[in-house]
Amino acid sequence: MSAPKPYRQLFRDGLWANNQALVALLGLCPLLAVTTTATNGLGMGLATMAVLVLSNATISLIRNLVRPEVRLPVFVLVIASFVTIVELTMKAYFFELYNVLGLFIPLIVTNCLIIGRAEAFASKHRLDQAVVDGLAMGVGFMLVLTFLGGLRELAGQGTLFYQADLMFGEAARALSLSVGPDFQGALIAILPPGAFIFLGLLIALKNLLDKRAKRRQLERAAKTSAPVDPAVAAG
Amino acid sequence: MSATIISSPHGARANRVDLIMLQVLLALVPGVAAMTWLFGWGVLINVALASLVAVAAEAAVLKLRGRAAGPAIRDLSAFVTAVLFAIAVPPTLPWWLTVLGVLFAIVIVKQLYGGLGYNPFNPAMAGYVFLLISYPVAMTSWLPPQMLAEHALGLVDSARLIFVGAPPVGLPWDAVTMATPLDAMRQALDEGQTIAEIRQSPLWGEVGGRGWEWVAFWFFVGGLALLWRRIITWHIPVAMLAGLLVMAGLFWWVDPQTHPSPAFHLLSGGAVLGAFFIATDPVTACTTRRGQLIFGAAIGALVFVIRTWGGYPDAIAFAVLLMNIAAPTIEQLTQPRVFGHGRSNG
Repeated sequence: MSAPKPYRQLFRDGLWANNQALVALLGLCPLLAVTTTATNGLGMGLATMAVLVLSNATISLIRNLVRPEVRLPVFVLVIASFVTIVELTMKAYFFELYNVLGLFIPLIVTNCLIIGRAEAFASKHRLDQAVVDGLAMGVGFMLVLTFLGGLRELAGQGTLFYQADLMFGEAARALSLSVGPDFQGALIAILPPGAFIFLGLLIALKNLLDKRAKRRQLERAAKTSAPVDPAVAAG
Repeated sequence: MSATIISSPHGARANRVDLIMLQVLLALVPGVAAMTWLFGWGVLINVALASLVAVAAEAAVLKLRGRAAGPAIRDLSAFVTAVLFAIAVPPTLPWWLTVLGVLFAIVIVKQLYGGLGYNPFNPAMAGYVFLLISYPVAMTSWLPPQMLAEHALGLVDSARLIFVGAPPVGLPWDAVTMATPLDAMRQALDEGQTIAEIRQSPLWGEVGGRGWEWVAFWFFVGGLALLWRRIITWHIPVAMLAGLLVMAGLFWWVDPQTHPSPAFHLLSGGAVLGAFFIATDPVTACTTRRGQLIFGAAIGALVFVIRTWGGYPDAIAFAVLLMNIAAPTIEQLTQPRVFGHGRSNG
């Protein structure tokens, strides 16, 4: 069992430094396939996050009972059970959104991000650590999905949170923004190639921001000769 | 006694990128002139606009990358990309689409991969496909060639069409535009007409689309000039046209009523332009001789397949891009044996 990490670091890893979509490049299948609108991205992100938190918690609880030889099938069984629960829940309460996301909800089972966290983190850490890690990684993934969906939606059809009422009920209809009826979007943004192009641009943007932050910190360190945060200097 | 010793290579011509690009541009002149004669000023407006945007985009990206912009602009490769792009798109294309397409070609396809020599895809064709997928309607409405046009467009009319998006006063949009021969042929075939019936229409010349045959001819002349100047070798153009003709000939021979003749495939659309100017791009094509033959033949075969069963009107761009991504593998498999080395451990 590994040493517990401070929650702040777990969140920083999940949201930025080790973001599963932008750094680890895990879970790309749903990431590329369903992020045609911000609403779809958000819905997929929430479903993935729910499964991730529940599976991380369960796997952390049973981590001392499962023999290492059979751990992967057990992980998959746990994850599949939770995906089934999430799927049935969505079918019951968000049927329209379920129809839009379709096949990709059951496919959360094969999302390597979830089994990746189970293997790399939850099976080696306490319950509270595993839950916070699941939450942080899930939120990080969800944010990328929503942001990517929003970008593609905006470039492709000139709207934002189109059909948000599918998920949040009638009250959310006001959330849908539109650039205007005259806007001619680039259809390619909504088609699969657009997903790759925009994800590439997002990763480039993240690397750019990281580089800038690192340079600023080094400059400041040189000026005040203060010790550099090792995590930043290494990153 | 003094003797000047000249070391090898004893090339007579300066082997410089800008001179090569300049000759490609010159070789394009007859074809572009023919297109201007047929389709009016829109062609030239597109060429000028695309060149302007290409150079500006190239300079801007190079500045962001912290490199000198001068040499990259003086090598004229951005101009070649711009001209190839501009003659591939319809002469009625709204200006902002031209700007978008060229930006995509130069910034994303060329410079983000490292600039001239590093781009895996042909920038002009990638920009064209980007627009075709995104804005299919604007990208498939062509002007009729001038001998068929009831309302030929002058300079002012063309500029208004491109920059304001308004057809000449008193005319509906449909009166100005017309489908390309390939598009018209496909639609008629889909409606169940036979080739003999389709050929009744005034849209057709001797073999291909009326007027379009001449565009193909002048691009062919430009291509011969490139061959003569040894800027390209015969392998890719010949293999590509052969691939297209063999495929088309085979199906035409089996059923001439539902498949247009090989000559139609050759002279309508961008087959000749593609064979001599686009598929031969030295950066994105194969460099081994055997590889070039495979590369060209596969493009020709793909053009026929996509034209016949695909969803888009012309296929040169898709075929070239598909083979661009295959080029490195083909090249690896066709490395010539080095003299003196065996086959097994070469």
